[in-house]
This record gives sequence, structure tokens and C-alpha cells, in this order.
Amino acid sequence: MTRRIPILENILSANDQMAAHNRDVFDKSGVYAINIMASPGAGKTSVILKTLETLQGRLRLGVIEGDLATSIDTEKALAAGMPAVQINTGGDCHLDAVMISQVLPSLPLSKLDLVIVENVGNLVCPANFQLGTHVNVLIASIPEGDDKPYKYPGMYKGVQALIINKIDLLPYVPFNMDYFRQGVEVLNPGLVTFPVSAKTGDGMQAWTDWLLAQVKVRD
Amino acid sequence: MHELAVTQSILDISLRHAQKVDAKRIVSINLVVGKFSSIVDDSVQFYWDMIAEGTIAQGASLHFTRVPAEMKCLECGHTFEPDDKTFACPECLSPRVRVTKGDELRVESIDVE
Repeated sequence: MTRRIPILENILSANDQMAAHNRDVFDKSGVYAINIMASPGAGKTSVILKTLETLQGRLRLGVIEGDLATSIDTEKALAAGMPAVQINTGGDCHLDAVMISQVLPSLPLSKLDLVIVENVGNLVCPANFQLGTHVNVLIASIPEGDDKPYKYPGMYKGVQALIINKIDLLPYVPFNMDYFRQGVEVLNPGLVTFPVSAKTGDGMQAWTDWLLAQVKVRD
Repeated sequence: MHELAVTQSILDISLRHAQKVDAKRIVSINLVVGKFSSIVDDSVQFYWDMIAEGTIAQGASLHFTRVPAEMKCLECGHTFEPDDKTFACPECLSPRVRVTKGDELRVESIDVE
């Protein structure tokens, strides 16, 4: 005889539990962690490199590199004296909390203030997998087009900060900022947003000031 | 592509609950999947046939209850399903709307013998 067993369990609850564990590890070490997500080519690498450059000397930084194409050279970060670890996702489309927990022991967390995780370039899969970082940050970019919040709502809903990169291209690309922002506002009311150009450095100050404030407020 | 991870979780959750009640076989699994979770049913089914093999869930049928995205207008209170071009309220055209449904991603129940 068939019986129905009620379950009502979130499918990714195991990942969420591991993410909570990672958060605990970050907190106990006094580390602030951010998870950077974006589509391929949005400029994750350039934004992260600029961010590291600006904050170097003011914060003790570490990097977890999850991008398939090793876009921030782990070696480059290491050469600059920053602890960095590479996660080989084996072609996977996203990082998950278990992958993060496995590399955490390779970082000297007690000697760090900020850890930046670079997720795999993808606007779909990473949105479902919490890593245990304190904030999820999405980098959108002007050439991607202004319709992305409407096409990838799951990603836009799940972040706590938004960087709009490549604003130096606004004069050359059709991009309706009002339309873009209206979509974002519906999915994520009041989302803190930083229009920047990693190339010209425009707007980067506001972003790094905000990030610095997030880290400091925890001290 | 993340359907493999999702399918593995569905299997883990189902087996754990089936074991609790000493079930001999899992006949079906009832899933609730919201529009925003971007899960492709066919991919889950494809992985399912591979990974459930050899477990008491082998051959179990997967039932997907799809939850469409739902939004509510803050101006006029109208509730609607948005398209992927605009989220504005179709009644009063206000852009002041909020998401009310579509995040679901859960195992609702399993049917066991």
C-alpha cells in the first residue's frame, strides 16, 4: 500500500547548512567575506583587481578564485603578497558551500580582514547556492543590455549589492538605465548600487568606501 | 548544469525520509519548483534516472508542481504574472510592484510502499 510522507524540505537545505557553517568559520576568525557573481565578461576580474589595489595596505586581503578560466591569476594575487586559493570546479557551473569549506583551511583566516570569492561566470546557477559569505555581490555591465534583471530575476533577487560596470560605454551602447533600475527595484527593493568603470576608475571609490565600511563596522 | 547538484539533494532528502519510516520503495516524489529557481524538469529527470539506480528510489516518478512568478502592485493591489520584458503592473502601469511568489524549491512529499 502506498503512503504519502510529507516532507516540506528545501531542496538545497544541505548546502544552506554548510553555508551557515562557513559563515561561522568566517565570523570566528573576524573575517568579512564577499561572493562576487556575474556573467562571463562583465568584468569581475578587473573590478576585483581594482578593489584589491585600492584596499591593499588598508585591509589584509585574501582571495578564493572559483572562475573556470582562472581570470584573476591566483599567482598574481600571491605575488602581491595576498593569500589566494584556486577552486577547481571540474567544469561545474557554480561554487557551492562544500567547495568553500574545503579550501578555507588553506587560507590564514586569523590574519585576514576580507576574503573575496570570485564565483564562476554565470547568471543562473550560482544564485541558488549560498556560500556562507556575508554578502553576495552582482556585477552587471552596460554591454550586457538593460534587460538582464528581467531575464535573470533569480540572480538579481539574491544579492545584497550591485555593481554596474563599464559605465564609460554608456554613450556607445543602447542601455536604458531607468528601465534597468526599475527591474532591479522590483526584485530587490533598495538594493545598494554602484555604477563604476573599472577601466577609468570612475565610481570605484564609492564601492571600495562602502566595502571598507562593511568590514570596519564588524571590528 | 546545476540540476545535477539539485537532483542529488532531492535523492538524499527522499532517501533520508524514506528510511525514517522503513519504506521498502519510493514510488513518487512531489516537488514544488518556483519560476525563479531556474530548474529544468527534463534535466532533473535525466540525472534522476542515473543517480537513483540501485537505491530504493529507482524508478520513482518525479512530479513537478510549477509555481509561476507572481507580483503584486503596491499602488492598486493587483496581482499578476510578469513577463520577461517588464514588471510594471498591467492594470495601472505602476512600476512599484513586489515579488510575492516564485522562489519555491522544495520536496513537498514522497509516496512510499
